[in-house]
Amino acid sequence: MARRKAVFGLVGIAAVTGLALTACAGGSTATSSDNTIDAKSSGDIKVVTWRTDLVQDGTYKKWIAEFNKKYPDVKVTVEGITDYANEMLTRMSTKNFGDVIGIPTIQPSQFSQFLEPLGKTADFQDTYRFLSGASFDGTQYGIAWGGNANGIVYNKKVWQAAGITTPPTTEDEWLADLKKIKDNTDAIPLYTNYKDGWPLSQSFGNLGAVSANPDAQTDMAHDKAPWTEGTDVYAIDSLLYDSVAAGLTEPDPLTTNWEQSKVDLGTGKIGAMTLGSWAISQMQTAAADNGASADDIGYMAFPANVDGKQHAIIGGDYNLAVSKFSKSKAAAWAFINFLVNDSGYTDDQGMISTLKDADLPRNLQDFETAGVELMELNPAPAGQESLLSDIANDSKVDINGQIYRQKLVDIARGAADGDKASYFAELNKAWGASVEKLAK
Amino acid sequence: MESSRTAAHPTATAALVAPGRTRRFRGTHRGTGRPARRGRLLRGLTPWLFLATGVGLLLLFTYWPAVNLVYYSFTDWDGIDLTKNFVGLQNYIDVFTDPTIFRVFYVSLYYFAASFAQMAIALYFATILSFSTRFSSLFRGILFFPYLINGVAIGFVFLYLFQPGGTLDTVLSWVGVSDPPQWLGDPDLVNWSLAGTSVWRYTGMNFVLFLGAIQSLPHELYEAAELDGASRWQQFWAIIFPGIRRVVGLSFILAIAGSLSVFEIPFIMTGGANGSTTFVIQTIQTAFTFRGVGLASAMAVVLLLIVLVVTWIQRKIFPDEKVDLT
Repeated sequence: MARRKAVFGLVGIAAVTGLALTACAGGSTATSSDNTIDAKSSGDIKVVTWRTDLVQDGTYKKWIAEFNKKYPDVKVTVEGITDYANEMLTRMSTKNFGDVIGIPTIQPSQFSQFLEPLGKTADFQDTYRFLSGASFDGTQYGIAWGGNANGIVYNKKVWQAAGITTPPTTEDEWLADLKKIKDNTDAIPLYTNYKDGWPLSQSFGNLGAVSANPDAQTDMAHDKAPWTEGTDVYAIDSLLYDSVAAGLTEPDPLTTNWEQSKVDLGTGKIGAMTLGSWAISQMQTAAADNGASADDIGYMAFPANVDGKQHAIIGGDYNLAVSKFSKSKAAAWAFINFLVNDSGYTDDQGMISTLKDADLPRNLQDFETAGVELMELNPAPAGQESLLSDIANDSKVDINGQIYRQKLVDIARGAADGDKASYFAELNKAWGASVEKLAK
Repeated sequence: MESSRTAAHPTATAALVAPGRTRRFRGTHRGTGRPARRGRLLRGLTPWLFLATGVGLLLLFTYWPAVNLVYYSFTDWDGIDLTKNFVGLQNYIDVFTDPTIFRVFYVSLYYFAASFAQMAIALYFATILSFSTRFSSLFRGILFFPYLINGVAIGFVFLYLFQPGGTLDTVLSWVGVSDPPQWLGDPDLVNWSLAGTSVWRYTGMNFVLFLGAIQSLPHELYEAAELDGASRWQQFWAIIFPGIRRVVGLSFILAIAGSLSVFEIPFIMTGGANGSTTFVIQTIQTAFTFRGVGLASAMAVVLLLIVLVVTWIQRKIFPDEKVDLT
């Protein structure tokens, strides 16, 4: 009995020590007054990035050398993380998560807990695009590192071989075109990348393009039944459902493979995929590396129109931000400015520059010839910045994820019970209950 | 059994020697008092010092996170926010009132059913290979090998196996099956395919457990049985099975706990799509997709409790009797 008591004593001591340690870690950090983003740039900074490829091929090294010409006192180290979106969230539970980071999916209301405020959003508005993603309460916490358009990447050769000359502008035309591809070529008309999942969520980026409504996200956050004919999300999910139901997608969705899908689209085994314009350059590379031509890859807007005019949403990529816990905030901010303004990254990647006065990238020329109008979504009204994601989390309808769209595909291919109407009703019920609860 | 007894031996000697030395040391300083107390203290501390590293690591990496998990389960933490609001039992109420959370335990039944096939296969091979069989070492190696492979690698290997036109379909076409089903795409088949993969992976572990237990049975029993004219089948039921009953019982508990907490194989192969979501996958989704670490922690605690209860029930129904073969 005495021995057992001793064991508990030891456990108790360990637990108390652990508590004391965490308590220490939770203490306030010393913030010296000269460690602001406007101070003199010097010291060591660590850049944490999701572009592991650019770390490996020496692009970052080149940038740092160039950066050091102007700021010789700053020592920059770079770390690339493959599973950035998830790993960064875990790292942010510590204070040591790098000085320059891309903001992962945290709530706008949480920005101030982790990130250094960069200034008033209004002060950035004249120079930069895509500010809404990293703005909260009128304060800017990050600057987008380039942006993308949303739409559908396709193989021009396949579409021509099927006898299609102009991209579809309605869902009916789209289905008819895919049918032609199925009948006249060996290609899979539309590839969903169901197994990898995240490509399914890409189509949500078209929200707002269908009805040319820049407030589509805010409207959806207040709509108790958004999956009703006439809304953007209805059109987006309908397109997927109807394409799958008509048998115009891959035969076994459970064994899709993202890396292989790039090669297959490039070489004409796949007709189209719903992806952001960031994918164009990757598809072009895959095509060129596998004996086809980069010119085969085309980009079209979501098949919908308002009075004959098509629209495409453009939005910022990851937002670069300075950690609140950085010891050299000025140097970190200087490096972000260098990356956004002077690195030439967006040009190399075929992305839309964050700078308002820069030209559109070459690979969006298809949009210009088709007369597609580019539009940015309006930021959510003050106090509602996180409403949409709160509702998604609460209702377990992951509008930015794949779980509910995989179920949609399952129903469409007859692998789960229900039909389009019943599933959309189910989604409306879950969504509506959360809107009722959270939207005031 | 034998090996563990020899392993215990040096420790026992050390334990006997160490106090002796301190006693001798104390002897030379008779009358001072203080060293005697220090000696006693040291003597009392010695086993704890030996244990300190192991227990420390255990506390730091197993019990401390577990304590944290229980703490999170009473908060509304989203996994990143600096403040965690205490919400009392709300997460537990949600776990038990949301039918979608418990529905996924249905998927565990597939793995549970498959674990019987797994134990049967393992027992069959363990019995055969415990007799003198040709190439028995080679076969033991082959059977145990899958357990050594990384679960993620197995997921990918089987993903290729199950692909339409993949290895399995090719092999089936040789025997005349021209229209194979979609092994992962068909909602009626997907869980069987995944459970089959799980059987392939874990049979080796059961096999080694059974084989070790069978080999610890005294050899004279077989000889006596053979003299009495018992067949192999009779030997199995009269000697082997009762002899290893405790290990079979242990495997049974492991099978239940394992099928409730299946994760790697479905997560890698389907990501939980097509009705193959297990409880652990759903916990991960709750924590990281829907940013509900508090609720997910409550789910994890509930899973732990369920496993404990199942184990307890199993111990009540099959009490741990001493096996006596003589």
